[in-house]
Amino acid sequence: VSSVNVDLQTDATLQVDISDALSERDKVKFTVHTKSTLPNFKQNEFSVVRQHEEFIWLHDSFVENEEYAGYIIPPAPPRPDFDASREKLQKLGEGEGSMTKEEFTKMKQELEAEYLAIFKKTVAMHEVFLCRVAAHPVLRKDLNFHVFLEYNQDLSVRGKNKREKMEDFFKNVVKSADGVLVAGVKDVDDFFEHEKTFLLEYHNRVKDASAKSDRMIRSHKSAADDINRIASTLYTLGTQDSTDVCKFFLKVSELFEKTRKIEARVAADEDLKLADLLKYYLRESQAAKDLLYRRGRALVDYENANKALDRARAKNKDVLQAETSQQVCCQKFEKISESAKQELIDFKTRRVAAFRKNLVELAELELKHAKGNLQLLQSCLGVLKGDT
Amino acid sequence: MAAEMEPPPLGDAGQTDFREIEDGEGFFVSTVTTLESPEPSSPDPPSMPAEGISTNGPKQEDISLDDDPEDLFAEATEEVSLDSPEREPILSDGPSPAITPVTPTAMLTPRMGLGTAEMFERSLDEIEEDDSGDTFDMHIAVSDPEKVGTFNTVLMYSYIKTSMTIFSKNETTVRRRFSDFLGLHSKLASRYLHIGYIVPPAPEKSIVGMTKVKVGKEDLSSAEFVEKRRSALERYLMRTVKHPILLKDPDVMMFLESSELPRAVSTQALSGAGILRMVNKAADAVNKMTIKMNESDAWFEEKHQQFENLDLQLRKLHASVECLVCHRKELSVNTASFAKSAAMLGNSEDHTALSRALSQLAEVEEKIDQLHQDQAYADFYLFSELLGDYVRLITAVKGVFDHRMKTWSKWQDTQLLLQKKREAESKLQFANKPDKLQQAQDEIKELEGKVQQGEKDFELISKTIRKEVSRFELIKYWEAFLPEAKAIA
Repeated sequence: VSSVNVDLQTDATLQVDISDALSERDKVKFTVHTKSTLPNFKQNEFSVVRQHEEFIWLHDSFVENEEYAGYIIPPAPPRPDFDASREKLQKLGEGEGSMTKEEFTKMKQELEAEYLAIFKKTVAMHEVFLCRVAAHPVLRKDLNFHVFLEYNQDLSVRGKNKREKMEDFFKNVVKSADGVLVAGVKDVDDFFEHEKTFLLEYHNRVKDASAKSDRMIRSHKSAADDINRIASTLYTLGTQDSTDVCKFFLKVSELFEKTRKIEARVAADEDLKLADLLKYYLRESQAAKDLLYRRGRALVDYENANKALDRARAKNKDVLQAETSQQVCCQKFEKISESAKQELIDFKTRRVAAFRKNLVELAELELKHAKGNLQLLQSCLGVLKGDT
Repeated sequence: MAAEMEPPPLGDAGQTDFREIEDGEGFFVSTVTTLESPEPSSPDPPSMPAEGISTNGPKQEDISLDDDPEDLFAEATEEVSLDSPEREPILSDGPSPAITPVTPTAMLTPRMGLGTAEMFERSLDEIEEDDSGDTFDMHIAVSDPEKVGTFNTVLMYSYIKTSMTIFSKNETTVRRRFSDFLGLHSKLASRYLHIGYIVPPAPEKSIVGMTKVKVGKEDLSSAEFVEKRRSALERYLMRTVKHPILLKDPDVMMFLESSELPRAVSTQALSGAGILRMVNKAADAVNKMTIKMNESDAWFEEKHQQFENLDLQLRKLHASVECLVCHRKELSVNTASFAKSAAMLGNSEDHTALSRALSQLAEVEEKIDQLHQDQAYADFYLFSELLGDYVRLITAVKGVFDHRMKTWSKWQDTQLLLQKKREAESKLQFANKPDKLQQAQDEIKELEGKVQQGEKDFELISKTIRKEVSRFELIKYWEAFLPEAKAIA
């Protein structure tokens, strides 16, 4: 059910998936199922129930952990958002009087299918996050992660209250300002310099592509909706009478109905393969950017420490202190650089593989649907001509 | 009178009758101010045939059933001169409020009693029968709108027609502007709507669209607008000429043939005539609500209901199709922008294979976008416009039904009036006032005449409506949808 393939090694030592999910009024409960041969866990196979907030808590704990500064933290799954779907369902309920019974049931079915699709997607997103963590050689050993997987009871992670959210907001502002500063520093290492420019550009373009693909898919969906309405009106026209014209109407209505189904499928598939892919890589590239930022920050600190050391040596005051701090910075920087390099290379490999898989599947699906559509039209034409 | 019409074959007689009416109409036109003054059919009957002859030339086509207009005109000249003295008293009546001014039937009945009315009907039938034998070979294409004129740029639409037997030339190209089309439509409507013929509705005026074109904006929307209008006009003309009665109308023929048409002034959107029309429409709407007709004829009841339903459904369908077209256009726009974005993404991707793949994706999407656009246009022009036409047609049909109702109500009113006058008359007889009595009796006679005439009107309308409706229904849909379906594939 994973919509975005991140090409993970299925390592027998730790396998995580979401075996079940339950949707309640405004929250979703995921059943996280783990299979592991690692000694850290009490059992070999177990399940817990987790909610979205707990995933976020896990993600944030990674981000805040200095140890992981040198890794690309897998992006947090997006909040399950059923609002739009719920709104539509409500509107449908209100407008029930104004449309025919068939129309109503049809639209309701559609909305339910949409709801189901969104649901599946959010499950997949959460699963991907967990799998990424599990596949990462360092992150999988994280204690919080183990607690997340194993602890039977509620983690009592509360969502951030207002004050904390404000703090976060300010932190972000500071961070982005800093990021700009850091980005201006030219990097000694060519690899990283190149990566920096690349990532920046890539991130922006992915954002753009993602937005545009969303729009495209949305208009595709509305076109499909329109076809639905046309089909039902034609149907009403057709049932009014039993003359030839009306039989004709009925057939055309059927045609439209089927076309609509196909169009809706096309839109859904495009959504799945293309839009989700782009969205995921948007987030991932953001995470990679964050990594680079952290490294850049460390570099700046290192350079500052160097300068401080020089100054201290010149004044011959607090030299030892300056030395130790410089050492610390140096170590930090180097550690980050090392792992960052590997991470970024991995990122690229992953990205290429994911895009390839999804694009291939997208193309295949589009072909299949187009062929189906063509066949449908041809058969309908044949029927119509036969009648004339 | 009837005897005089015997000599030429019956088919001709009908047409002669027809022509006469047109001449008579010429008379009426001069007295009624609502129609345009520079009327092609001048008030002087003898000059009109002369005009007709001069424009069409002495060419005589060898056709068995339909004669050239010139012959008819020639005959008409004789008839007209004989009839003219008789026409005067009726004209002096002036357009009476109970009778709509331009109804040819109204002209006939008081003049010649029952005989000619029957003849008229019969001849109309014959015209229709004649036509069934005639191969309908007409092809009209409205093409190439061009801009003419510097200040007041006007779009001239030219059109070509081919191989129709009653016309003098095989292929003609004429240039007409939009207001000419509207003028033709208003003439036909005023002439035929009242006796129950369904006149195809003309495309609507759109001030915004026209000003855009006039200003010279060369963007997509104005091109679309021109295209829309062009195809609408083409369909309008085709429908008009398909109708056998309308085809024989001299205005239509003149429209199709002569190179210069006087400006149809009353079609300007913001003219006095336009406002008058709007007022009339409003009055009609109010009237419609107050008149409650006692529908005695079940057929009408059923048909009326059917048309109401059809109208409703078609409107809904039309709205949905417009929505679809709109969304398709949106889709194509969005696909285009996505294609560009994907191309850029491909550019920035440094893994070459992926980069190539992405730019391929971009190209594919671009093609898809083009396809979507085409589909949107196809949908639009075939489907939605057609539906719009049908919606308007149905409105015209409803208009015809309404006229029938109006006629009925007028008939009833006249009857009531007659009754009152009769009562008044009897009262006067009691009071023994001779002169007033005479006046009353005159009035009564007049009213009786009107009542009879109202009745006749009503019946005639009913009959024509029936015929029209049967013609309207099935065939048109078939023809319409099949090409559209082919186009989707």
